[in-house]
Amino acid sequence: MTVDQMNQLSTSQDGGPEILPLGRDGWLVRFALTPEPWAMAAVQRLHALGRASVLPGVTRVAPSLTSVLFSYDPDGTDRSVLRAQIARLLEGEDWHHATPEPATRVWQVPVSFGGDHGPDLAEVAGMTGLSPEQVIREITQTPLRVLAIGFAPGQPYLGLLPEAFDLPRMTSLNPQVPQGAIALAVRQIVLFANASPTGWRQVARTAFRVFRPDSDTPLPLSASDEMRLVPVSGAEMDGLLASGDPSGGAKLELRS
Amino acid sequence: MSEVIVLKAGPGLTVQDLGRPGRAHLGLSRGGAADPVALYEAAALLSQSTPQAAMEMAGMGGTFEVTAPTRIALTGAPMRASVGTQALRWNATHLLSPGEHLTIGAAERGNYGYLSFAGGIETPEVLSSRATHVTAGLGAALKEGTRLSLGADPDPGAASVGLPLDTRFSGGDIRYIAGPQTALFAPEVLAEFEATRFTRSATANRQGVRLEAEARFPSQAPSGLASDFILEGDLQMTGDGLPYVLLCECQTIGGYPRIGTVIAADLPVVAQAGQGAELRFRQISLDEADRIARAHDARLKALRTAVQPLIRDPSLIHDLLSYQLISGVTAGDELEG
Repeated sequence: MTVDQMNQLSTSQDGGPEILPLGRDGWLVRFALTPEPWAMAAVQRLHALGRASVLPGVTRVAPSLTSVLFSYDPDGTDRSVLRAQIARLLEGEDWHHATPEPATRVWQVPVSFGGDHGPDLAEVAGMTGLSPEQVIREITQTPLRVLAIGFAPGQPYLGLLPEAFDLPRMTSLNPQVPQGAIALAVRQIVLFANASPTGWRQVARTAFRVFRPDSDTPLPLSASDEMRLVPVSGAEMDGLLASGDPSGGAKLELRS
Repeated sequence: MSEVIVLKAGPGLTVQDLGRPGRAHLGLSRGGAADPVALYEAAALLSQSTPQAAMEMAGMGGTFEVTAPTRIALTGAPMRASVGTQALRWNATHLLSPGEHLTIGAAERGNYGYLSFAGGIETPEVLSSRATHVTAGLGAALKEGTRLSLGADPDPGAASVGLPLDTRFSGGDIRYIAGPQTALFAPEVLAEFEATRFTRSATANRQGVRLEAEARFPSQAPSGLASDFILEGDLQMTGDGLPYVLLCECQTIGGYPRIGTVIAADLPVVAQAGQGAELRFRQISLDEADRIARAHDARLKALRTAVQPLIRDPSLIHDLLSYQLISGVTAGDELEG
């Protein structure tokens, strides 16, 4: 059977994960087309499993929101052999009820909610039916995970927030949020790498920079890192922003 | 230290090399030359073991001078180039000496021309590359008055050489492979897509090229389609049903459905298609794409075997005097071709 024939088989709908080609050097395992919470848990589980198993020729295993990409060296890797190995990796798991592995890297990141640093906090409170204080408590008590990194260099998609935060994107674009904006929609948070227009609502801001091209760790975050947002006052955030320190006062704890 | 000085700069003048592959999972697309083939051609012409950082000129070149004699190579989209009153052949090497002004004008065909130096541009590396990546905030377009360090030319007296001009500057047939979302398009939409003659829109940059057509190509994607990995070459269908072909500086995660991925061997044809140039798309199998990719890699490695000495009339060599100044002898062998 050729790779193309196998690929047609994989797109048949049997409810299981699909193994799909992405470019010259990638197999993408996709659990769902839409961001279902179970699929995001499955992605975290397969990402850990894929990194732990050493598949010949695979150079990287990376997650997006609902899929995991296995990148390989096209010189010396047989596309169809690797596909069969990935299929075996997928066997024997109940992907609809996957449990993510505990994080081995945990960030504590100072953020300031509301006011100039979070202009949309009151609106989010209104939409969730919570008080602003409850919104802050819910967000800061959630152990967020880096679900995916992308769109801009180092920029994380964090989640998932409790179901109350399953809010739609804004119908008209937020013309500009600043670098370090903490903005949310659809139970996820994005920590903005750069000033950007967005349809997400900005509830807070951090001085933590996710892309530091001149530093020894230009891209400090890794997929599956845990991030805890630690509330600080607006004045403290002003100080952190003014200091120019790209770490923004964040601390990284390594767990084995 | 040897330098190149930008006396006049076109609007899209940047330093580019082969970019930063392998960081898409961290949100950073490859970037680098929009037409990498042109950098391989320059490397073959200048006897470099690997492509070096060069100046990418989008649509329009500039005026340049160097502080030490160096061979240059002109590759990519053919542009009008001259030193003084002497026109320079494209896809060839030339000796440039201090005091001479190299003037490069508008592209005659295609979009991206490249000015390479025998010793390479030696600006500091960031993340293992010298490439300007505007959307990531790495570097910026070069302005008038900029001075850039150059590596020394190991052999400025070497004979001028040329390569046959490639045909990738006027659009044509483009091959693509299926991707994770191809099945979101109905068979009749895919058939219509392959039957359509697209033209390149004026809306184009290093992130992507918009294509124009009468027909529209809607997907059957569910509402709330999750954002997923995207990559250069992807045929991304925007909300109005017309495709963008993503190029080297694209984002790494996107929410628009994609018909497939243009193969690397044909992507320079898309990047170099001038405004209004015609493009048609044809899906090929993964097995065929793998064969073409291997042949494309082999072709880039074998370019140097196609390099030919330039046959030139000594009376037309603008820099004959400087040859003598450098080496103390006339480089007689290059005059014979």
